[in-house]
Amino acid sequence: MNIDWFFILEKIVLISGVLAVSLLVAMYSTWGERKVASIIQDRIGPNRAGFMGLLQPLADGGKLFFKEEIIPGNSNRFLFILGPSLAMIVACMTSAVIPWGDTLTIAGHTVSLQIADINIGILYIFGVVSLGVYGIMLGGWASNNKYSLLASVRAASQIISYELAMGLSLIALLMMTGTLSIKEIVEQQRHGGWNVLYQPLGFLIFLVCSFAECNRTPFDLSEAESELNGGYHLEYSSMKLGFYLFAEYINMFISSALMASLYFGGYSFPFMDSLGLAPNLVTILGTAALFIKIICFLFFFMWVRWTIPRFRYDQLMRLGWNIMIPLALANMLITGAIVLYRSTH
Amino acid sequence: MQALTSRARQVDRKPMTFIEKIYLWNIIKGMVITFKHIWKRKETVRYPEQKRAFSPVFRGLHILNRDAEGRENCTACGLCAVACPAEAITMEAAERKPGEEHLYREEKYAARYEINMLRCIFCGFCEEACPKDAIYLTETFAPANYKREGFIYGKPDLLIPAPGEKKQA
Repeated sequence: MNIDWFFILEKIVLISGVLAVSLLVAMYSTWGERKVASIIQDRIGPNRAGFMGLLQPLADGGKLFFKEEIIPGNSNRFLFILGPSLAMIVACMTSAVIPWGDTLTIAGHTVSLQIADINIGILYIFGVVSLGVYGIMLGGWASNNKYSLLASVRAASQIISYELAMGLSLIALLMMTGTLSIKEIVEQQRHGGWNVLYQPLGFLIFLVCSFAECNRTPFDLSEAESELNGGYHLEYSSMKLGFYLFAEYINMFISSALMASLYFGGYSFPFMDSLGLAPNLVTILGTAALFIKIICFLFFFMWVRWTIPRFRYDQLMRLGWNIMIPLALANMLITGAIVLYRSTH
Repeated sequence: MQALTSRARQVDRKPMTFIEKIYLWNIIKGMVITFKHIWKRKETVRYPEQKRAFSPVFRGLHILNRDAEGRENCTACGLCAVACPAEAITMEAAERKPGEEHLYREEKYAARYEINMLRCIFCGFCEEACPKDAIYLTETFAPANYKREGFIYGKPDLLIPAPGEKKQA
């Protein structure tokens, strides 16, 4: 059997690259979060560790590693450790199907800057993201603490409720594009316009739901400090806590990438094909464009966090079930009608 | 009922309008407000490099004063210790020996004079109580220390240097 070593090498490099980049972005999201918070609150934020506090994430990480590792006496030890590991693994897995760029041509080989272009990419992401709730559930339950348990129950019901609306808003997009492959959706936007122009309501629902999925303010009820002493990771210390916090930032990064890919043209940028540059250069510029979009989304996540107060739990549920889902259904109906009208005329 | 301030206002309990109910418009308004803060002046004082100016009546660390000839003013009368509401001041009196007239202004002086800076509330009552103008509060504050003992300030810490003390040394 002839094994394509170049293919294996390419994928290994790509996987480690994507993993490293998502960890790096997550690391610097913590720095960015503190800077955005401080700027919005008229402070200057971290500025001691390195230039503009750029070494702060390293200091935070180092601190977390040296903290005492505490496993509560009455906790379920196996599940207690499994929780943060699962949260982290699931957060890292979603990056596999996101197209980080077009193809590069290296020494006669065509390298696609996507780890796996599976034709059900969106379904894969949904499947993996809904696994993420197990990390939170297991952690909260295994801690044997009533506040952790309450928080994880909140998180689980919140994520399940908002996943419905998120899925429904995506179905409208899928009816329009006719494909589940994220790469193809991006390619369609490269030649047509960005999907956000055709699906503004769908995008809005998707955006709100991704805030809820990432447990970000105003939907951060699972880690409501004032009511639940910190939420599902209350009993966690050291790097296990770090994993939970880190997984949240990776999730934010991935959902920013997903939103950029699905609604804002992914790695495509305006006039990309009429510049007349070398294809490899266009690809690199495209990847840079994707990262700029992602950074804008990350800033938006943080901006919202430092603006809007947290919802009450019944408000959250009412918004999810009584507003988001009917809106998503209406959006689906309208899109369906238009698609049907277009195909018959 | 009369309002306590001129800024008191009736709470608006009208039912929410449609715009308020969809919530999005108010979120956008709030986000515009927070975005504007990017250009606001930063309030942070970068402490070790920058220091905030104290008010002229700031009450900080104590000093024990000397008179014009460099003699200690304190006579260990104990009025400051009596006035102190936090009971932070202790002292031991001693009698001036012949030949020590250049060190102490009067016949009695404080052999030991201690202020516990962790107990002190910097009210300045000691300064007010002192009949001899011996104790004053300055515009500095006690620096950090690793041990509680380090916050008990004795005479060497409190006394201002005598005139010409540096020349002798």
